[in-house]
Amino acid sequence: MAVLSFVEIADGKIKKASVEAAYYGSKVAESLGTDSIALVIGEAPADLLATLGQVGVKKVVQANNARFNSFDSKLYTKIVAQAAAESGATVVVLSFNNNGKLLAPRLSVKLKAGYVPGAVELPVFNGNTAVVKKNVFSGKASAEYQVATDVKVISVNPNSLPPIKGTASAEVVQITPTVADTDFTTVVKGVDKITGTIPLTEAELVVSAGRGLKGPENWGMIEELARDMGAATACSRAVADVDWRPHHEHVGQTGLTIRPNLYIAVGISGAIQHLAGVNGSKVIVVINTDPEAPFFKAADYGIVGDAFQVVPKLIEEYMKFKNAH
Amino acid sequence: MKILVPISKVPDTTSKIAFIENNTKFNPDGVTFIMNPTDEWYALVRAIELKEKQGGEVVVIHVGGAETEQIIRKALAIGADKAVRVDADPTDAYFVATQIANHAKTENYDLIITGKETIDYNSFEIGGMVAELLDIPAVALVSKLEVENGVATLKREIEGGTETVEVKLPLLVGAEKDLAVARIPNMKGIMSARTKPLTVVAAAGTDKLTTVVNYALPEKAKQCKYVSPDNVGELVRLLHEEAKVI
Ligand SMILES: Cc1cc2nc3c(=O)[nH]c(=O)nc-3n(C[C@H](O)[C@H](O)[C@H](O)COP(=O)(O)OP(=O)(O)OC[C@H]3O[C@@H](n4cnc5c(N)ncnc54)[C@H](O)[C@@H]3O)c2cc1C
Ligand SMILES: Cc1cc2nc3c(=O)[nH]c(=O)nc-3n(C[C@H](O)[C@H](O)[C@H](O)COP(=O)(O)OP(=O)(O)OC[C@H]3O[C@@H](n4cnc5c(N)ncnc54)[C@H](O)[C@@H]3O)c2cc1C
Repeated sequence: MAVLSFVEIADGKIKKASVEAAYYGSKVAESLGTDSIALVIGEAPADLLATLGQVGVKKVVQANNARFNSFDSKLYTKIVAQAAAESGATVVVLSFNNNGKLLAPRLSVKLKAGYVPGAVELPVFNGNTAVVKKNVFSGKASAEYQVATDVKVISVNPNSLPPIKGTASAEVVQITPTVADTDFTTVVKGVDKITGTIPLTEAELVVSAGRGLKGPENWGMIEELARDMGAATACSRAVADVDWRPHHEHVGQTGLTIRPNLYIAVGISGAIQHLAGVNGSKVIVVINTDPEAPFFKAADYGIVGDAFQVVPKLIEEYMKFKNAH
Repeated sequence: MKILVPISKVPDTTSKIAFIENNTKFNPDGVTFIMNPTDEWYALVRAIELKEKQGGEVVVIHVGGAETEQIIRKALAIGADKAVRVDADPTDAYFVATQIANHAKTENYDLIITGKETIDYNSFEIGGMVAELLDIPAVALVSKLEVENGVATLKREIEGGTETVEVKLPLLVGAEKDLAVARIPNMKGIMSARTKPLTVVAAAGTDKLTTVVNYALPEKAKQCKYVSPDNVGELVRLLHEEAKVI
């Protein structure tokens, strides 16, 4: 028996969402009294992988082959399924991130394993049956999924279970999966990264603004606040639609869904379609001139005031705080 | 080119969410159901655009009860050629995916385009499952899709950017925003939708891998704590000491 987590490397680092998945896997392993094993597909330095020990991983198995470096859902499904079988995994954990979202359901079919997409809490086991909570209706409700198959696949919603890190180091071993040429289906032709910013879906702090800012020329203070806080920037669809901000920043029903620890919304009314993308945030701060703005109903903290006065003050107060801590 | 577009039925985003029967069932009373937005706006329209350029056929498939025919007719009005409804309650993703895959196996589609994820169960799972059941490649979160000589070129979302990939058909694609520009059905479309073929088939197999045992609403409505605009330092203090997020 074991719990296997699927871990991805990007830009020479372990993806944050993968560290969370590995930690989740370790917690599940702990509750089942078994070992936490992580799988890495493709090249990566062993000393980097050994750091997974800090989140409770006992052993990292690595398919260390340059041919496996880029994500291919068909190929990866085959490799993860083999690693799961070899390690006798009863639970396979992935992140509910861009790649995990496609890989996990494929694995569910391949392993004939019940799958819970986007878990927000650890599973509760009762014998062979697990009950796992996930958000539904765009964060307006939650549902408990019961899974009774021998093998279970769980993908973890980013920022759901912040890892507590220790100092242990994981053992790293190489595996050689059996694959055929026909398993390679996806050829990468190019990558276009938005540099210098924190990926929105991975950010713990997000500063977001909407039409209340009146024009694209006024985003300087939003970017400054975000930079000072180490936050990512986001926006409402209304401002992306008129090209005040790039579309990859737009959050909501038709944009990205994010779950940061802190979401600061400046000059955004809080339309239901906007809330759908952010109401999983742990803490929401709303800054808006209109005390009746619907966003205040979803907020933890609110300031009824003019963004052009409040945001510069917030930058100043934040810097005071930062310098004092 | 033959293209299959699976479409899902969801409550309109502005719906009030409530549960009945001891929190084991969604309460559909007074809820307006619509086609899942990414299915309608992006998956379906891109399929129609590809057909218009290269010829072929667009088929929509839906797993659900008779009450959803209106949604299927809308897909036909937007421009799909044919529709299939598998007459069964979609109560488990594996079950739904099996129905779609069973149909696809008999028809040899070049492309299957699903939406991104539904706005009710937010699972993102049907596409991956169908692809694995058919043993074909899949690419998700796709904002650009071109097909030439049996090879698709796609742009997909990755953390902090996009990646361009090439994949041979047959292929399953999960649509993301920007894949197409939504179309509103016109009068001609609405008229012709009435006579386009809609085949109803029975479900095959009953295999389920999961069961939803309980639904819950957030414990209590959030209470917003107001801070004066003249005392912004207090907000920083609360975020640090009370909320502990900075
Ligand atoms: C099917 C559908 C899907 C949609 N999907 C999305 C989505 O994914 N994401 C999304 O964001 N929207 C989405 N929308 C649009 C959404 O309904 C709203 O129209 C949009 O979110 C409004 O953007 P906003 O809050 O920036 O602008 P507004 O609604 O115009 O709000 C501006 C706010 O700024 C405040 N304000 C004005 N001046 C100031 C000032 N000086 N200081 C502080 N506050 C000020 C105002 O009081 C107001 O509350 C969707 C709509 C539909 C119909
Ligand atoms: C009464 C009820 C009970 C349910 N109980 C369970 C349960 O016990 N376990 C469980 O896992 N789920 C349950 N569901 C959810 C249901 O089976 C989901 O549709 C399924 O889990 C897929 O998840 P999703 O809707 O998030 O689709 P996603 O995987 O997010 O959908 C992706 C894409 O797949 C396609 N698609 C989705 N649904 C359909 C469909 N019905 N027909 C054709 N194409 C479709 C669309 O293109 C869509 O964009 C229940 C639903 C209902 C109404």
